[in-house]
Amino acid sequence: MAAGVATWLPFARAAAVGWLPLAQQPLPPAPGVKASRGDEVLVVNVSGRRFETWKNTLDRYPDTLLGSSEKEFFYDADSGEYFFDRDPDMFRHVLNFYRTGRLHCPRQECIQAFDEELAFYGLVPELVGDCCLEEYRDRKKENAERLAEDEEAEQAAEGPALRAGSSLRQRLWRAFENPHTSTAALVFYYVTGFFIAVSVIANVVETIPCRGPTLLSPPREHSCGERFPTAFFCMDTACVLIFTGEYLLRLFAAPSRCRFLRSVMSLIDVVAILPYYIGLFVPKNEDVSGAFVTLRVFRVFRIFKFSRHSQGLRILGYTLKSCASELGFLLFSLTMAIIIFATVMFYAEKGTKKTNFTSIPAAFWYTIVTMTTLGYGDMVPSTIAGKIFGSICSLSGVLVIALPVPVIVSNFSRIYHQNQRADKRRAQQKVRLARIRLAKSGTTNAFLQYKQNRGLEDSGSGEEQALCVRNRSAFEKQHHHLLHCLEKTTCHEFTDELTFNEALGAVSLGGRTSRSTSVSSQPVGPGSLLSSCCPRRAKRRAIRLANSTASVSRGSMQELDTLAGLRRSPVPQSRSSLNAKLHDNLDLNCDSRDFVAAIISIPTPPANTPDESQPSSPGGGGGGGASSTLRNSSLGTPCLLPETVKISSL
Amino acid sequence: TCSTLLGLCAPPDTSDSELELSMVRHQPEGLEQLQAQTKFTKMELQSLYRGFKNECPSGLVDEDTFKLIYAQFFPQGDATTYAHFLFNAFDADGNGAICFEDFVVGLSILLRGTVQEKLKWAFNLYDINKDGYITKEEMLAIMKSIYDMMGRHTYPLLREDAPLEHVERFFQKMDRNQDGVVTIDEFLETCQKDENIMSSMQLFENVI
Repeated sequence: MAAGVATWLPFARAAAVGWLPLAQQPLPPAPGVKASRGDEVLVVNVSGRRFETWKNTLDRYPDTLLGSSEKEFFYDADSGEYFFDRDPDMFRHVLNFYRTGRLHCPRQECIQAFDEELAFYGLVPELVGDCCLEEYRDRKKENAERLAEDEEAEQAAEGPALRAGSSLRQRLWRAFENPHTSTAALVFYYVTGFFIAVSVIANVVETIPCRGPTLLSPPREHSCGERFPTAFFCMDTACVLIFTGEYLLRLFAAPSRCRFLRSVMSLIDVVAILPYYIGLFVPKNEDVSGAFVTLRVFRVFRIFKFSRHSQGLRILGYTLKSCASELGFLLFSLTMAIIIFATVMFYAEKGTKKTNFTSIPAAFWYTIVTMTTLGYGDMVPSTIAGKIFGSICSLSGVLVIALPVPVIVSNFSRIYHQNQRADKRRAQQKVRLARIRLAKSGTTNAFLQYKQNRGLEDSGSGEEQALCVRNRSAFEKQHHHLLHCLEKTTCHEFTDELTFNEALGAVSLGGRTSRSTSVSSQPVGPGSLLSSCCPRRAKRRAIRLANSTASVSRGSMQELDTLAGLRRSPVPQSRSSLNAKLHDNLDLNCDSRDFVAAIISIPTPPANTPDESQPSSPGGGGGGGASSTLRNSSLGTPCLLPETVKISSL
Repeated sequence: TCSTLLGLCAPPDTSDSELELSMVRHQPEGLEQLQAQTKFTKMELQSLYRGFKNECPSGLVDEDTFKLIYAQFFPQGDATTYAHFLFNAFDADGNGAICFEDFVVGLSILLRGTVQEKLKWAFNLYDINKDGYITKEEMLAIMKSIYDMMGRHTYPLLREDAPLEHVERFFQKMDRNQDGVVTIDEFLETCQKDENIMSSMQLFENVI
C-alpha cells in the first residue's frame, strides 16, 4: 500500500489540535491557502487519447509536471483540457503512478523511451516500484553497456584523430593497441604475426628427424635441428630480436609502465624470449644443458602471443578464468573418485605376481584411463576381484564425468546469477537507504531554509530575500506550518546536524566561564535579541541550504512517499535507537544549571573564538554579544528568555 | 524485533493474519448517515472517502500503517509513540483499526467542531486509559512522545527533564484543586480562560 503523503497532510494538520492546549506560546498563523474549489475531474488529452482523473489525484505529487502549476502551460482553453503531444501508451503508466503510488515499467517498451517520458513528466527513475525495479535497472545497464561498446568500437574503427599535441609515446601506444590506425602499424602487426608463426614452426620442425646425407653410414636419425644447427640458430636469433624489439617498444610506449609489466601479455613476451638469452649465457656444459633444454620448452609459449591477434583466444581465456571455481569443484570430485578406486584396485591386485599395480599412485593412472573410458590397456587387472572393481570403475567413470558436468554447470550458473542478484540487491538497498536519508535531509533542509527566510524577512534585508527565497508549493507551506507549530509547542527548534554538533561541542568547552556573561545578558529586552543576527552569515547559510535543497527539491516529496513502501523497514527502529542515544548523550560534563547559561555564550560558529566573544559581550552591545550567539531566527528567543533570567540569578 | 522474530519462527501464522486483515473489508455506512454524524458536506465526504479508499483499499487502517504514515511528516524525530496515542484517540470503538467512520468523525470534530468539542477531543487524547482523569504519568507519556518528534537536532539542546518540566507547568495551570489529576471540567475551564489557546483554536479550520 502506497501512502500519498499529500493526502494525509490535512489529517496530520487536523491532529495538531492535540498540541494546542500544551503550547506555551501562540502558534503561528496558518499559511494562506487559496480557496480550494471542490474536487473536479480534469481531462488530459495525450495525442488524442483522453484520460480523465480527479484533480486531487494529480495534486498528490506536487513535484511533478502534472502535480504542479507547470501543467497550466499545456492547458488548451478552447477544449478545456490539458494537451500533451507524447506517447499515450506510456502515459498510462505515468497516470497509474499518481493513482496507485507505484510506477511500473512496461515490459515491451524500449527502456530509453520510458526514461524520456519519465524525464518529461518530472518523475525520478528511482520511483519505479519494487516489482519492476530490478528489471528496469538490468535493462538500463544492458543498454548503457551496449551503447558504450558501440561507442568504443566506433572510436576504434574511425581511428582516433591524431591530436596535434600527442607525443610519440602516445602515438606509438595507439599504433600498438589499434593496428588499423595506420599502415605502418598494420605492417608491424603482420610482421610480428609472421615471425611468431615462423618461430613456432621452427620449434616444431627442429625436432623432425631428417635423413642425413647417404655418405654417412650407417644413416643415423638426426633431428633437423641437429642437422642444420646454424640455420635454426639464425632463425631463432632473428625471431628473438624482433620480439625483444617489440617488447621494448611496448614498454616505452605504455602509459603506465608498472601496469604493463604486470599484465599477462607482457609476461608471456618475457617468458618467450628469456630462454634464448639464458641459453646464450649458459656454457655448453653437459650437466646444465639438460636444464637448458627444458628451458627451450618455454619457447612454445610464443604461441600465446597470438592472443594479441585473436579476439577469440582472449575470450576463451576470460571464460576459463571466470569458471575457475566450478572447474575446481569438478576436479575435486574427480580426485576423490580416483583415489577411492585406485586404492580399491591396488588392494584387489596386491596378491598378483608381476602386477602393474605396484602402488596406489601407480593405480591412479589406471583409474584415470578407465574412468575417462580411454582404456589404453597398459595396465590391466588380472584377479577376478580386480576385474569386478575395474568394471565398476569404468561404469562409474561414465556417470561421474558425463552426468554431473551439465548439472554442475547449470547449477553453478544459477547460483552465480543468484549471488549477483543478492549483491545487486544489497547495493540497491544501500543506494535506496542513502536516497531516503537524502530525502529526509532534504525536507529538513527545506524547513530550515524556510526558517532562514523568515529570519531574513524580519531583519528586512530585501536583496537576500530575492536570492534565497524559494517558491514553495502549498503542500510545503502547510507542512512547514505544521513543523513550526510543533516547535512552538515544545519551545525547541529544529536545527541541522552541523549546528547541533557545534552547539554540543561548544557546550562541553563553554563550561563555567560563561557565568559572568550570562549575568550581563539579564537585563536585555526581547527586542534587541531579534535583529542582531548577522545578515552576512545568514546569507551564507541560506545559500548553502539553497544549494542543497535545490538538488533534492524534485525528488523530496516522492521520496517521502517511498518511505511508506518499506512496510517492515528498519527505519523506525533506527530512529528510536537514535533517540535512545539522545538520552545517553545528555550525560554531559557540565551539570544542568550551567547548561542553559553556557548556551547563551556560545560563539557563533565557526569564525568566532571564545576569546573574541568575551570582550564583546560585556560591552555596550551586551545584548548583541549574547544574541549573536543565538540562531538568527526570531522564533526561539522569547521562550528562552525567562529561563535564562531564572537560571543566571542562581 | 519481537514480532520479526516471531515471524521467523512461525511464518505461516503471520502471513495468515496478514491475509486476514487484508481480506477483511470494511464498507462505510451510507453517505446520508455520515452527513448526519458529521459536519461535512456531501462533496467533502466524497472527496475524503476517495482519498481514504485510495490509500487503504480494504477500508481499514491498522496501527502500523498509521504510524508509518504519520512518521513521514516528522523526518527528524520519532513519531511512533505519538502516532500510537493518536491512533487510540481516533479509534473510537477500540477494535484496533480505524475505519472511515472513525476517521471522518474525528476530522469533523477537529475541523468543524465547536471549541468545546475540540477541547474534549484533546482531553480524550491525553487521557490514555480513558478513565476521565489525566494523571501526571499519562501527561508525561504524551509529552515525551511529542518531544520525541523533535528528534535529536534541536536548538536549544533537548534536556532530559524538559518534558517533565513542561508537564509540571501544565499541571500547575490546569489542576485547580491540586489533587494530582486533571478532570475534564478543570481542563475545559482553564483552556477557555487562556487567550493563547483560544486564539489558536481556529488555526486549522481551513485544512480541508
